[in-house]
Formats: sequence, C-alpha cells, structure tokens
Amino acid sequence: MKIIAAHEHQPSPADLKVIELPNDANPFDLDLAGVDRIDLQFPKFTDGRAFSQARLLRGRLKFAGELRATGEVLIDQLVQMARCGFDVAVLREGVDMADAQRQFDRFKGFYQGDVTHPLPHFREAA
Amino acid sequence: MYQYTDFDRQFVKLRAQQFRDQLERWQRGELTDEQMLPLRLQNGWYIQRYAPMARIAVPYGEISSTQLRTLAHIAREYDRPTPELLAHAQATQDQLQAAQPGLTLAAPALRYGYGHFTTRTNVQFNWIPITRAADVMDLLASVCMHGIQTSGNDIRNITCDAWEGIAEDSIVDTRPFAEITRQWSSLHPEFSYLPRKFKIAFNGAAEDRAATGWYDIGLQALKNEAGDIGFTVKVGGGMGRTPVIGTVVREFLPWEHLLNYIEAIVRVYNGYGRRDNKWKARIKILVKSEGQKFIDAVEQEFDAIVAQDGAPHTITTAEYERVASHFVVPALRPAGLPSNVNPQGMLYQRWLAQNVRGHRLPGMKTVTLSFKRVGFAPGDADADTLEALAQLAEQFSSGEARLTHEQNLMLPWVFESDLPALYEAARKLGLAQPNIGLLTDMISCPGGDFCSLANARSLHIAAVVTERYQDLHELFDIGPIDLHMSGCINSCGHHHSGHIGILGVDKDGKEWYQITLGGADGSNLSGPATPGKIIGPSFSAAEVPGVIEALLNTYRTERQLLSDDAQGPRYENFIDTVRRVGLEPFKTAANAARRPAETETA
Repeated sequence: MKIIAAHEHQPSPADLKVIELPNDANPFDLDLAGVDRIDLQFPKFTDGRAFSQARLLRGRLKFAGELRATGEVLIDQLVQMARCGFDVAVLREGVDMADAQRQFDRFKGFYQGDVTHPLPHFREAA
Repeated sequence: MYQYTDFDRQFVKLRAQQFRDQLERWQRGELTDEQMLPLRLQNGWYIQRYAPMARIAVPYGEISSTQLRTLAHIAREYDRPTPELLAHAQATQDQLQAAQPGLTLAAPALRYGYGHFTTRTNVQFNWIPITRAADVMDLLASVCMHGIQTSGNDIRNITCDAWEGIAEDSIVDTRPFAEITRQWSSLHPEFSYLPRKFKIAFNGAAEDRAATGWYDIGLQALKNEAGDIGFTVKVGGGMGRTPVIGTVVREFLPWEHLLNYIEAIVRVYNGYGRRDNKWKARIKILVKSEGQKFIDAVEQEFDAIVAQDGAPHTITTAEYERVASHFVVPALRPAGLPSNVNPQGMLYQRWLAQNVRGHRLPGMKTVTLSFKRVGFAPGDADADTLEALAQLAEQFSSGEARLTHEQNLMLPWVFESDLPALYEAARKLGLAQPNIGLLTDMISCPGGDFCSLANARSLHIAAVVTERYQDLHELFDIGPIDLHMSGCINSCGHHHSGHIGILGVDKDGKEWYQITLGGADGSNLSGPATPGKIIGPSFSAAEVPGVIEALLNTYRTERQLLSDDAQGPRYENFIDTVRRVGLEPFKTAANAARRPAETETA
C-alpha cells in the first residue's frame, strides 16, 4: 500500500479521471468506464462505510484503477484498508512512516478472506 | 473446549503486541485520546469513573482451570488501586451518598482485587492501571485469552446458552459454529467501524436460554426433516433506549452459509445503519424503519456473495469437523471424595433442586455455583475464589467451567455420585446458596460505583435485596423470578427482560429508579421475549426495597394455587400472575410504597 502525505494528494489532477465518492453513495450506481481513480472518504475515522465501498468496488465490481483513502485516516487502519482493496492512503503531515510500516509487518495472517486473499484461513490452510 | 492452534496462539500474542504498540504511541502523544479510544475499546479497555476497566472475553462462557488461575493472578496482582486513588474514589462515592439524604441506601465500600462475571460471559476488572494494561494482555494471551472486540462498534464477544452440548433438550451443539464465527469476526477488515456495537448469540436447545430475541443477530439451531442442521435467523433485537425483539429473516439457513449470511447482514448495516445519532445507530432501528426493504437488501447481498463472490466463507465440512472435534466429551473421572453431607438434609435437597440440573449423559449433572451472596456484588469473584474455582473445576469437572448469562459459574461435567462432596466444597467457598433462578439470583451491572456511563448505582440495591431475602423458606415461596437491574439505559443488566426490571435514571444529579414488570428473556419460564412495562414514575433508592416487597406481596395475594399434595402447595409463578392479572394491582401496591415525606425534605 502506498502512503502519501496530505500535501501530495491532488483531489482532481488534470490528466486523470477521478471520482470523489461520498461514503453514502452506492458504488453499483457508478459508471466505471475510463475511471483512473476513486477517492473514498473517511469524514471521521470512526465512520467505516468506505471499507465496504472499497470491498465492493475492488472485490465484486473488479475496479482495476486506484482506490484512495482520504479524510481522517489513521495508521492503525491502514492494514484494514489494504485488505479491503485500497492501494493508496492519504495521511496527515508528520506521521512517522516507521510506525505505519510496523503495522503491516505484524500479523502473519488473518482469519477472514479479504480482497487480496479471498479465501479464509480455514480454506487456505486446508 | 476449543484448543488454540499455533495460528490462534500467535494471533492473540500479536494482538497483545499491537495493543502495546498503540498504548506506547498514545503515551508519547502520537495518538490523541480520541484516536486511542476505539483502539483500546476494541481490546476491551474502558476508562471508567476512577480507573480503567478491562473486559476479557470468555467466548460462549467456556473457561479452563488454567485460565481461571490466570484470572486469579490478575485479580491479585494487578486489580489494585493506589491508596490515594482508592481514597479519592471512596470519598467521591461518599459525597454522592451524602448529597441524597433520606433518598438512598447504605452503600458497601468500594472493593478491589476481583473479577466480575457479566451477562455476556465476559470477565471485568475495575482497577488495573493503564500502565500495566499491556502486561495483562500478554499474560492473557499466554493462556489463549484476550479482550478482542469486547467493546467498540464492532462484532462483540459471541455468546451461547451455557448448557450447549450438555443439555437434555439439546438439538445441535452450537459451540463449533460460535467458534467459527468468533474467528471470522476477529479483526474483520471491513466491519471494525460499524455504526454501533453488534452482538451475536447462538442457542442450540429447544429452550432459548441465550436470549436470542434480544440480540442484533440471534441464531436458533435446528434440524430439518432430512436431519440437516440450519439456523433460524433473527435480526434487530436489542435493549437500550428502544427495546426491540428481533425479526425472523430466515426460517432455515443451511449451516454452511452461516458466515455468508452474517456477512450480508453486517454489510447492509455498515452501509445503511444510522451514524448521525448514537441512540438510533443499532441495527434494530434500521430493521424497524426499513422492514421488508431491509430483508430484501440482505437477501440480495447474500445472493451476490454466493453468485458473484463465489461465497469464499462457506463453511467446509472439514472445518466444521475440525472445530467440532474440540467440543467432545472430555476424559471423565469421578472425584470420589468423601463427604459428611446428610443427603436428606433440607439445605442439600434445596441445593439439588435449584443448582443442579440434568445432563444429556446418564449419571452426570451440571452444577451452578452461586455468585449471589451476602457481602458480594452479583457476579464478583475475588482472587482466592477464582483460584479455588480452578481447583474445584479440576477435581469435579474435567478442568472446565462455564460462565452463565446470569453471572454465575457452572460446572458442566459432574458425576452424580460426587454431588455431596462438591456441595461441601462449594459451601466452604460460600458458593452453595440454593438460590439459582430465585429472587436473589438477580442480574446486576456494576452501575455507578464504577461505570462512567451509569446514571445511578445498582450495587447498593443489590446488596440490600440480597440481605433482605436470605430466609430460604420465603425465597422458595416467592419462587422462580428474574430480577434484572441496570444502572443506565445501556441495559448491561438486561432490565428490559426482567420479570421485575430496575433501571437507574438521573434527575438533577440524584439517583432514581424506574421499575418495569413483565419482561421476558425468551426462556420457558419467562415466555416469548418481550420488554417489561414501566409501572409509574421512578422511585428513590430508599424506596426500591419496599416497592419490591410490595410487588412480591401482591403476587402472593393474587397468585393461583396449582396443586396441593404431600409435597406442599404449588402456585403459579410470578411472571404468570403478572400476565394474568395485569399491571394494575402491582402499580397500586408499588405506589403505596412511596415515601413522600422523605422525598419532600430532600
């Protein structure tokens, strides 16, 4: 997962087709043709709707462009985001990247399947 | 009981390590209090009135002697306030008391050094300093325990009927399904920031002893005509400010689709549950407001999970069998200890009648140890008691015990021939009161002695009621009754489902209590799950014991005689009298128990 600082985040770059998707929007209503990037929103870090949006966009709608997590994003949520299909997260300035990386290195596996490993542990182990 | 694999062991150890990392960053100021809040809640750590509270998961109530010993160690070594903190806390509680002259009850002093059994089979500690929290989580992980998702807006600790797999009326042992669901829900990447908490309960017997109607998802196991296992799925039950009984959305869900269907429900909830108002955020509000539209959305999502996603979480026969193989009958051996108990003695006979239940295995019994005792809050076990329980479970129950929804501890594998010796051992520990299912076997949350959410204390009322009803003849005459008490509308004490429910409310900084009648958890005794009805304006704590007495006197006046023979008279139960005669005579009696003079001078 790529982590970028807030100042590196361009909401609507001229050369890319970007959708800013509110977190109460239904991803099935989108026309994904030619879309390069979808910015999903975390208005508060406790509002977890965008996790499901990402999961559906990546897992079920097979969106192949970039899924970017914007808004209030904490490093303790990055692993979850990656597992739901996000590939870029915008973090506030001044976050220690080593703290963020450590979270990715910790768990060797998880119980549930996710977008990157669709099978749950019990089926992978078998 | 379930034995952790290497993967499971490593998982809880890494989780403890992650929590230490988070605590350290918070202590260095890199995480704000607000950012730390959900992270610590998802590990079971609250900050209460005076100290942190740790809520440790005991999935579906099953606990081993080794785990009990670790809890004893934590109670002894870690559940300790500094003298200054304890003095400050006690002084603050004393002020609360002094501010309500004539309105309240004598309050027991604050205690420390113990674990508290909750209605959802967790164990709580009230005084562990946050600086020692990470060490406690490491200790717990060493015996395959954790606090994962015992709080927070996520899928909480999963509960079952305490008699799963051993009950005489067992249909399906749901513990393997509860364990599979526990694993699936642990650190779920998509469902860790839901609109609100989310609770799942399983029941595998004919009688619903798990209060499944009161859960966000209640799963009743059954077998169809072909003998296949499935679940009746109820969604949208819950207590709190708006008590609602769950709606049946599936009559028979084949077991292999359990996780797929739960995933569909939780995904719809995550997308559409309200987030603008904490009091409207539970799934029950979504189910109530959307009705069939909600059910249609779940079915549509479930179809998509199966047809488009390929249903990766379909439970395989291999996985079911792997997990189920842990829930087999352990090596059974009678303790064979001598006893001096007179088997015809009345106390022993009463203990047999109330605390001992039948078992699906011939010659075996289940024994409930009562944690409803004079001098202790309901569900409290100090370090020495926890230690002794570990030994008792080893001697009499193959090293296994179960926490019950009613805040007691049950031994599941007791030889009938060992009952006298077990009775004697339990009596020495003060755990042999023959009051299971009776008035003093009340459910109570810790309330305003500890909890920062509480509007009122509950433990002083519990203490007075416990003392008042120590006469066993009177207690047995009153008969089976569910008295449930919560210190606030969050309903941890399940007051909505009490035959008598007591709810603490705050009015102008003073503690008041709303009393409800006729609530039911869904058990055979109580009848179909339903919330109780409020019997009038709230009462002061000082009035509550008199009101309870008035309600019980009304019952004894109104109740019908069912039979009268050599065994003595048998009367209809309290809940049946309430249903038959209605609330009016009870309301009148309760109102007559008010103490207006003292209220006015306050």
